[in-house]
Amino acid sequence: MQPAPPKEPARPAVIAPGHTHASITDKITSIVLRRHTPRGWFVGFGIAFALVMVLLTSITMLLLKGTGIWGLNVPVGWGFAIINFVWWIGIGHAGTLISAILLLFRQDWRTSINRFAEAMTLFAVACAGVFPLLHVGRPWLAYWLVPYPNTMALWPQFRSPLLWDVFAVSTYATVSAMFWYVGLIPDFATLRDGAKSKVFRVIYGMLALGWRGAARHWERYETAYLLLAGLATPLVVSVHTVVSLDFAVSVIPGWHATIFPPYFVAGAIYSGFAMVMTLAIPLRKVYGLQDFITMRHLQNMAKVILATGLIVAYGYTMEAFFAWYSANDYERGMAWNRMVGPYAPFYWALIVSNVIVPQFLWLKKVRSSVVALFVICLVVNVGMWLERFVIVVTSLSRDFLPSSWDTYSGTIWDWSLFIGTMGLFAALLFLFIRFLPMISIFEMRTLVPGGEAAPHDKDADAAPVDGAGPEEQA
Amino acid sequence: MFWRDHKIDTPCFGVLAEFPDGASLLEAIEKTRAAGYEKLEAYTPLPMHDVWHALGHKSRLPELVLCGGIVGALVGFGMQYFASVVHYPLNVGGRPLNSWPSFIIITFELTILFAAATAVLGMLALNGLPRPHHPLFEIDEFEQASADRFFLLILAHDPLFELGNATAFLSELAPLSLSEVPNA
Repeated sequence: MQPAPPKEPARPAVIAPGHTHASITDKITSIVLRRHTPRGWFVGFGIAFALVMVLLTSITMLLLKGTGIWGLNVPVGWGFAIINFVWWIGIGHAGTLISAILLLFRQDWRTSINRFAEAMTLFAVACAGVFPLLHVGRPWLAYWLVPYPNTMALWPQFRSPLLWDVFAVSTYATVSAMFWYVGLIPDFATLRDGAKSKVFRVIYGMLALGWRGAARHWERYETAYLLLAGLATPLVVSVHTVVSLDFAVSVIPGWHATIFPPYFVAGAIYSGFAMVMTLAIPLRKVYGLQDFITMRHLQNMAKVILATGLIVAYGYTMEAFFAWYSANDYERGMAWNRMVGPYAPFYWALIVSNVIVPQFLWLKKVRSSVVALFVICLVVNVGMWLERFVIVVTSLSRDFLPSSWDTYSGTIWDWSLFIGTMGLFAALLFLFIRFLPMISIFEMRTLVPGGEAAPHDKDADAAPVDGAGPEEQA
Repeated sequence: MFWRDHKIDTPCFGVLAEFPDGASLLEAIEKTRAAGYEKLEAYTPLPMHDVWHALGHKSRLPELVLCGGIVGALVGFGMQYFASVVHYPLNVGGRPLNSWPSFIIITFELTILFAAATAVLGMLALNGLPRPHHPLFEIDEFEQASADRFFLLILAHDPLFELGNATAFLSELAPLSLSEVPNA
């Protein structure tokens, strides 16, 4: 969209030198249209598909037997379902951040990673949605959450954060899907025109909606794309804020804190970038995309991880500080119990993986090592899951009355459902990289030197039009 | 625009010239406009600000999206107000029925939802998409418009258009190829 800003010579470029419009088009479309599907794809998709079967089995068992097969009980009524929901939705947020916020800040390095980061958002939201839906206990009545005219003349509770969540997450899913599809339209046209097989030509042709790259179309297209980015930016912040309000609006010690919204949003971006790296590192290797997803991309993402990791660390510190400073016995007891109680190993594992391990990213040597980055990102993914576990479980397991105290752990069905959603996520990603361009082709073209004929200057070329422009006929 | 897409009844839809890069396309647009042609369209494999500025395109999409957002906000707040104050008032310890602070989030979400949907559907509608068939798709060279070629079309309903003249004019601009587009 915008011409690439001049770069310092020492910095690795966002696209390897020597690429032209044709070579970009060919390299990305050939993965979908021409290249042999690697054997690893079949193995990976096979494993993912098997895990989807695990997911279906777990759901079937749950519907047959009820939520009693999970580890939930009084006092811990929110267990894996909420932990996994928050974990997945947080992962999704990096996709929107990359596609929308970095677009608005004109960070051209986002271009080669935004497409699959957006795909990751969609699939992560799909996985997240499974949990609250099943957690309501009778998922076939989940439509009661939607305001619709009904014979009972009832409305959902608009004053409840849980209902805000329904609106926030469904809006987020819808807007992410639209953003993704709009980004794909010109690339579908490229695939339509490049496909050899009649069937794919027709399928991609229908998905392209007849896109033909008219200048008038591009102008509206880019306007729509920028507006969507501007709308998605406050949306993504609102979504995790609302998720944190599910906790913060309650009066449970450890949850009732004003730091929750910013600290949840930072944690979401943190975990999301870690997941983008976890996916990007093997993908660029397997498909030979090092020209497009360069070391500069990985290093920039590592810096984002480091920065958001520090915000998250600040959040942990403030949680402990306010528990002490509030002089509230319940808050103090809660914080102490987190650090030395039955869940202390989880808490300290979380501190090590989310606060200590990412500090290695200060070192340029670590940021330049693909293996080190991959390992750190895996650790962060685990750490962020532990964070949600600690938040949900430690607060609930110590009820106000010591007679109700109890410990919580997931059962086999909790774990199988969680692992099943990982399979769903992976299976969708495998299908995505096989059938859709995993890098935005038309945006990559704008990175080629001379892609834009001349630097865009609004003031210089605002004048030349006399009267109304030509009618759109073409 | 799709509602103004009056039928062209001539057997010819226009003349299409192919260029190797954006710079030569821009030069061709300037020369063609200088020659007096008005009904032009350019086709590029990537968004190019200079091309649509040279052609004088300016969309009204932002105004539409603003309207969509306002409608979303009104629907969002109106629904909650109606439910809580008019249709099913519920007295919770004497608290106000119109508890607007707790309605803000859903109002905000619906504002975003309506505005985003307007942006996408509005962009498609104004562009006249989906449109699976178009005369240009009959031209073999046009397949490259989605890869690495840049095209300029003079439409047949341009007041100056005359097939021989337009073809001769475009061939002076040294295009890679030149095609008459039948009105299929």
